[in-house]
This record gives sequence, C-alpha cells and structure tokens, in this order.
Amino acid sequence: MYIAVKGGEAAIEASRVLLAEARRGDPAVRELEVAQIREQLGLLVDRVIAEASLYDPELAALALKQARGDAVEAIFLLRAYRTTLPRVAFTEPLDTAQMRVRRRVSAIFKDLPGGQLLGPTYDYTQRLLDFSLLDATPISVRTEPVEVQASTGSARTGGERMPNALDTLAAEGLIENTLPSEGDPPPPDITRDPPVYPLPRSARLQMLARADEGWLLGMAYATQRGYAYTHPFGGDIRFGAVAMELVPDELGFAIEVGEIDITECQMINQFGGSATVAPQFTRGYGLVYGHSERKAMSMSLVDRALRSDEFDEEVIAPVQQQEFVLPQGDNIEASGFVQHLKLPHYVTFESELQLIRQLREKHFSAEEGK
Amino acid sequence: MIDGYNFAYLDERTKRMIRRAILKAVAIPGHQVPFGSREMPLAYGWGTGGIQVTAAVLGQHDVLKVIDQGSDDTTNAVNIRQFFARTTGVATTERTREATLIQTRHRIPEAPLTEGQVLVYQVPQPEPLYKLEPRRSETLKLHACEEYGLVNVKLYEDLAHWGRVDTTYDYPVQVNGRYVMSPSPIPSFDNPKMHLMPALQLFGAGREKRIYAVPPYTDVKSLDFEDHPFHVEPQGHACALCGCTTSYLDEVLQGEGERLWTCSDTDWCREQREAA
Repeated sequence: MYIAVKGGEAAIEASRVLLAEARRGDPAVRELEVAQIREQLGLLVDRVIAEASLYDPELAALALKQARGDAVEAIFLLRAYRTTLPRVAFTEPLDTAQMRVRRRVSAIFKDLPGGQLLGPTYDYTQRLLDFSLLDATPISVRTEPVEVQASTGSARTGGERMPNALDTLAAEGLIENTLPSEGDPPPPDITRDPPVYPLPRSARLQMLARADEGWLLGMAYATQRGYAYTHPFGGDIRFGAVAMELVPDELGFAIEVGEIDITECQMINQFGGSATVAPQFTRGYGLVYGHSERKAMSMSLVDRALRSDEFDEEVIAPVQQQEFVLPQGDNIEASGFVQHLKLPHYVTFESELQLIRQLREKHFSAEEGK
Repeated sequence: MIDGYNFAYLDERTKRMIRRAILKAVAIPGHQVPFGSREMPLAYGWGTGGIQVTAAVLGQHDVLKVIDQGSDDTTNAVNIRQFFARTTGVATTERTREATLIQTRHRIPEAPLTEGQVLVYQVPQPEPLYKLEPRRSETLKLHACEEYGLVNVKLYEDLAHWGRVDTTYDYPVQVNGRYVMSPSPIPSFDNPKMHLMPALQLFGAGREKRIYAVPPYTDVKSLDFEDHPFHVEPQGHACALCGCTTSYLDEVLQGEGERLWTCSDTDWCREQREAA
C-alpha cells in the first residue's frame, strides 16, 4: 500500500537540486553572467525593475538569472528583497521636462520645440530575423557616440530643456491643467497603506506603474476597441535619464543623489465639457521605470479610463472600474493566488466530496420516488 | 531585392486569397470582407492591413508612393516604402501624379487621383459603429439589416448638444446608398474627395482582419441630415511655405507659443511652390 503522507522534506530538497540543474542547462554551454543579462537583455531587466518597483538593474539581472528568465518570478524575487529595505528618505518630485532624453516623439505635431527624437527603437526595424546574430562573433561596434541624432527637428545640444508637447496646449487652455489635489495631501504609499477603494489618482498611478505589463496592455487595448473609448492621441512620449534630488534635514536644500532612466507618456483624450466646464482635452498619464513605451502608453490609456467619475462618464466597461483593474493587475498577487491551487486542499475537498455525494443521493432517491 | 522572400514578401497563395477578398469587397462597396490576415514584419496598428493589400495588388511595373499624415518622409511612410523597395524592387516616387499605387495613412492626397491609380488606406478600426456597439456579433446584424439608427441618434445628439457634429476625423460615410463605412481616420476635410473618385479605393485592416473597398465613381456620402448638411470647417490659415489656402494644414509649433501652418500634403506643397 502506498500512502504519500510523509517525505515532503526530502522531496523538496530533491526538487531544489533538479531546479538548480534545470537553471544551469547544458554544462557544456558557458554560464551566463549577470552583467551580460544587465547589458544585453536590458528591456527585460527594465520590466523587472518596473514591476518590482525597485530601481536596481544589477539585482534585477541576478533575479532573472536565478528565475531562468521568468519575468514574473524575477519580479517576485526582487519585490521580496525590496520589502526588506529601510526607507531612508523621499526624493523631490521628478522634473521630466529636464530629462536627458534619448528618445521623444509626439504624434500630435509634425515638429515642435525640442524636435522629434527617434533614439533607439524597434518601431522602424522591419521584423526580419537577423541570422547573423546566431554567431557570437563580435561584429563591429561603434565606440564613438553618434554625432547625428535620429531627429527630425532642429539639431539638439545636450542638456537642453525638453518642454512637454502639451505645454502649448495648456497655455491656450485647450487641455486641462495638471494641478495638485485640493489641499495637496501627501500621496498614500501603496506598499505600506492597505488600499481603501475608491483610491485617489495618486494611489491608482502607483498601482498602475507596477502593474503587470500584459494586463495593462490588454485593458488599454480594450478601450481602443470600444470598451470605454477615450479618443486618445500620443501627446508626448519620452525616454531618458532624470535626476533624483532630495533635501537632507541637515542641509535644508536639494542635492542630486543620482539618475534613473524612465519612460513617460502623456496621452491626450477628448472631453466634451459640462455645464460648468468648457470643452477641452484631458490627459492620461503613464510613468514607468526603465524603457517601456508599451507599458507607459497602456498605463496612460487606463489612467484616463479610470477617471470616469471626474468627467461624469458612464461606466460601461471593466477598464473603468478601479476595483477590477487595480488589484487584479498585480502579477505577484495574481500569480501567487492562481498557482496556490497547486497546494494541498484535501480538507476542504473532502468536505465538498461529502456534500456532493449527499446531494447526488438525494437526486437519485427523488428520481426513484417519481 | 532581399533573398529568401517572395516578391512583395507574401507568398503567392496568400496574395491570391487577399485578391479574392478585394474582388468581393469591390463587388459590395463599403461592406467589410473578412480575410485571413497574416502576421507581418510590422507592428499591428502601423499599417499591416494596408501593407497586405498593397503586397497583393502590387506588380513589377507599378510605381509606389507611401504617405503618412500626407507626407512621404514621415518615419512610418519611409519604413513602409523601404520595405516594398527591399522586397519588390519596384520604382518608388514621392509625386502623387506619377504613382500608380499610393498607400496612405490618415490623408487623401490633394491632387485629384485618376482612373489608373489605386489608393490603399491603412485602417485601424474598420467597424464604423464600434464606439456605439463594441460587440462585432451585433454590428454584423446591424449592417445586414441596414439598421443605422444608432449612428443617426449619435449625430442628432451631437447637434442637439453642440450645434455641430462632434467628429472631426474618421467621419462615417454611406457608400453607394447602402453600407455605412469608416473612411479610416482621415480628417473629415478629406471625405468629399472620396465621392465619385476615379481611382479605386481599397481599405485594409490587418489586426481586425477586414478588407473593404470603394470602386471608381461610386457615391460616398458623409452622414448628415437635410437641415444640417455635412460641411468642412475651414482652418482659416494659409500654408507658410506655398501660400495655399485650400489644402489641409499641419500646425507646427515654433517655441515661445508661436506657430505656423504648412501643407500636410508635402508633394502638393512642392507643386504649388514650383508653379509659383
């Protein structure tokens, strides 16, 4: 007779050994270095940073190596590390107009102050496999930075201010202003304060910023297909480095403590106006660690859809309901709970078994009695 | 030409399948014909439908022009033109009058098109009713029954609310007195150009897997009411480069809040300057 009630400890140990072997793959192939992941799988590293909400490319690369490239598992590892870190200080708000942009495009004006700057993008690559990459032999890599930037606008020199494409519209009153909430309350911290719905926009944006990219993409795409359509235009999409500043208590003025790469998207959407407000464009906002236009743009579409109460818009689709969009968008919570169904459920299942047997008995005895 | 791929990228059987869909679309003007849209080496939403239609009808002797926002040198237009140059070797041009096939996104050229030309539109959303009824299973029935009450009510509500129709691009049209059709997101300024156009107009929506068409010299009517006829709001500016006052203009920001307007159709602008 075989009853597997004991032996869990040995099984787990064996499973860990097997996992380590599976992670390593064929030992004849050279081991992957963390630095290679960080440098050559940069967009994957960025996704882990963003959804773990911990800006540490080195540890994100390590997490990816350990997780065998599973993004959600790597995000999980990094979040579990993040939670152990002390909170030293709060930085000042980022000024993205001062971004050292590596890429900035606006879909609403052909040319505009600061120009259109293509930068590194897959957008115009034509998706044909480059079989030459199969060979690991190094191809010629340029050592000098490109002098001519892929810009359609006037030539740019470094460190120039890059005003947001929406600024001129705001100056003309054509688009809503971005103003602090009434009384400018400090934003809640979604990693410390349990959510109480409805959440203010400041909390929603935090949750969207680290929500699962695929979930946000699907939600955003739904709005484009008619499930709470918002008439979007890509107002200003930019990627680059911004300075982080903080004000130490002992100094009393801001000092720069470092730089991070971020992607920002300001989406322009329609609003027909109301009895008290003239028609004007409205905004959806997206901000993501690292380089991910797909996520920043999705976030801005979903952010706008979630503002239906501000504009008195009829709620007709799930993407407008924060209690649908936000908690389900956390891939660590979702992945954990979906997969917890692998855990033993003998006790609850046994009680279900008893019930269903009783019900069936009742069903058949009633049939016999007919 | 690039090795390892057929002329115009798609294999001949796929092109034949697309041409069959096009023939059906031409036979039923404005009706959306489903087709086996292929994965293309370009992202969805960037012209995969237009590219498939162009690939299916492009011949070795065609002269191809590709525009986006009216211009040949916008990045997406450059990319698509280079794609066909690489995969077909056909001649390309920036001149509207020299092209036999023009693929466009968001504009109809200002220069009148002729019988020998084909205009291929890139279409993001072929279903003109989707903002009113997102379920395609339902819109299919509405089209079948010629039941366009939803869109008429929407236009009526706009008029009651704003005194004008709240749609400035992708303004729905009725084709050949039957099907309501999306003209693709061209400005409503361009809608009248579709009416009785001598050129064949083909519309490709890759992601949504639909093709539709307007044959030459077909009635295309922008939806309106007798007492509120469709009309185009003039922009009220002249092109800063050529002085044209009848073309559709792009607004270009100059910094310090200054702005100027230039022809969106860059080839038209060139013609006007050369004629001056």
